Amino acid sequence: MTMEEKVISIIMEQLDVAREECVPEASFTDDLGADSLDLVELIMEMEETFDVQIADNELERIRTIKDVLEYLQGKGVVWHE
Amino acid sequence: MKNRVVITGMGAVTPLGNSVAETWAGVCAGKSGIGPITKFDTTLFETKIAGELKGLDPLQYVNRKELRRVDEFILYAIAASEMAMADAGPVLGAGNGERLGVIIGSAIGGLATIEKEKEAVLAGGPRKMSPFTIPAALANLAAGHVSIRTGAKGPIGCPVAACASGTCGIGDAFRLVSEGYADAMIAGGVDAAVTPMSVAGFNAMRTISKRNDEPEKASRPFDRQRDGFVISEGCGVMVLESLAHALARGARIYGELVGYGNTSDAFHMAAPPDGHEGAQRCMRAALQNAGMDAAEIDYINAHGTSTVMNDAFETEAIKAVFGEHSRTLAVSSTKSMTGHLLGAAGGIEAILCVQAIAEGILPPTTNLEHPDPECDLDYVPLHARKREIRTAMSNTFGFGGVNAVLIFKKFEG
Repeated sequence: MTMEEKVISIIMEQLDVAREECVPEASFTDDLGADSLDLVELIMEMEETFDVQIADNELERIRTIKDVLEYLQGKGVVWHE
Repeated sequence: MKNRVVITGMGAVTPLGNSVAETWAGVCAGKSGIGPITKFDTTLFETKIAGELKGLDPLQYVNRKELRRVDEFILYAIAASEMAMADAGPVLGAGNGERLGVIIGSAIGGLATIEKEKEAVLAGGPRKMSPFTIPAALANLAAGHVSIRTGAKGPIGCPVAACASGTCGIGDAFRLVSEGYADAMIAGGVDAAVTPMSVAGFNAMRTISKRNDEPEKASRPFDRQRDGFVISEGCGVMVLESLAHALARGARIYGELVGYGNTSDAFHMAAPPDGHEGAQRCMRAALQNAGMDAAEIDYINAHGTSTVMNDAFETEAIKAVFGEHSRTLAVSSTKSMTGHLLGAAGGIEAILCVQAIAEGILPPTTNLEHPDPECDLDYVPLHARKREIRTAMSNTFGFGGVNAVLIFKKFEG
């Protein structure tokens, strides 16, 4: 599983959305029905899975699936399962 | 002038079944909902039995995302309320949510969530706590979720009154409809406290049964061999409606709620005073509220927990209030079958009173095999009995000395 696939599988599980909704540009709040608490939980799950700490002031930059992937890549996270 | 208040919908999830119909059928057949605890490992626990729900499919009521946001007590309230509202039919026209309210009491709220999240924090630090912890644990969120889902924008509340919570919920809602603050109320009680802390806590108080080898016989109210209550989980909710409103929309009417009493012992945090004086005053208050004489009550659904103390004290209080009539009226404890649903007990037992009146069947007290000489009323032992019932009283008493009593009546236009 690639990192993108892992991120998408977490999003599908946490937000109860279908695979085809999870396009790179999909916004968590506008397209995937997340509220502020869902976002917190989602970020916690990302931190746990990819062993990173995402500071609260970095959260504002993370609005879409693409943002998550870019953030993780920027942190040098390498993932394969 | 006060509004008459009728019951137009009912919903329940109990250890006897995931609907009112299944629960009532279980009660009439004298079935037990008690079994070994499956929710956690009971190896180290003195009590290993409880009344758990069986086979409830959460996804029938919430989606997977919602499921993660709610404690089971909230899920049970959503399920029972949805059933009650479907049963009642279209209570309000579109855009009139302000005339519909919700009061669902709970003794302990999201205890399971608190326990689970505490473990997460101890293991991984405070940042490991789910952002849904607080909204899943707050007791009033059962009513909150039901309000969101039904669009009820009127009065909302959550009496936290230990084992009287459900009765207080229905009683408070009764007063609101009676006084005209709402046309209809979704009202009842809920708890989902088959958890390690709850079982250990009640064990520490020496209040729950340890009859682990015979779970179905563990809840035995008024029996000489009773050794405490059995913790159960579930929810009971009814739709209360002003008579005028129910008639105007042609609703089916199950029965009428005519009286509510609510008193405090002002005595002790867990023990009743001599003669269960607070309970006596409460039954009298409900009768007075209903404008009825004691002799008019046909059936009492007792608090009847199966603790040594409650059953003898409640019997004494009933005798004091009803005098000679206590020899002719029927008293039973459906907790012998359902176990003690804590804050949901009043919700379920109110429903069973309404069913008893509507069906003309006295629910039994099962497991009453060795009558206690101190408990000498007609408890409808072992088997249900057919009898015309015009009026039924539901008793619930909780820790803290809270007493709550409702009186239901056959509906006559």
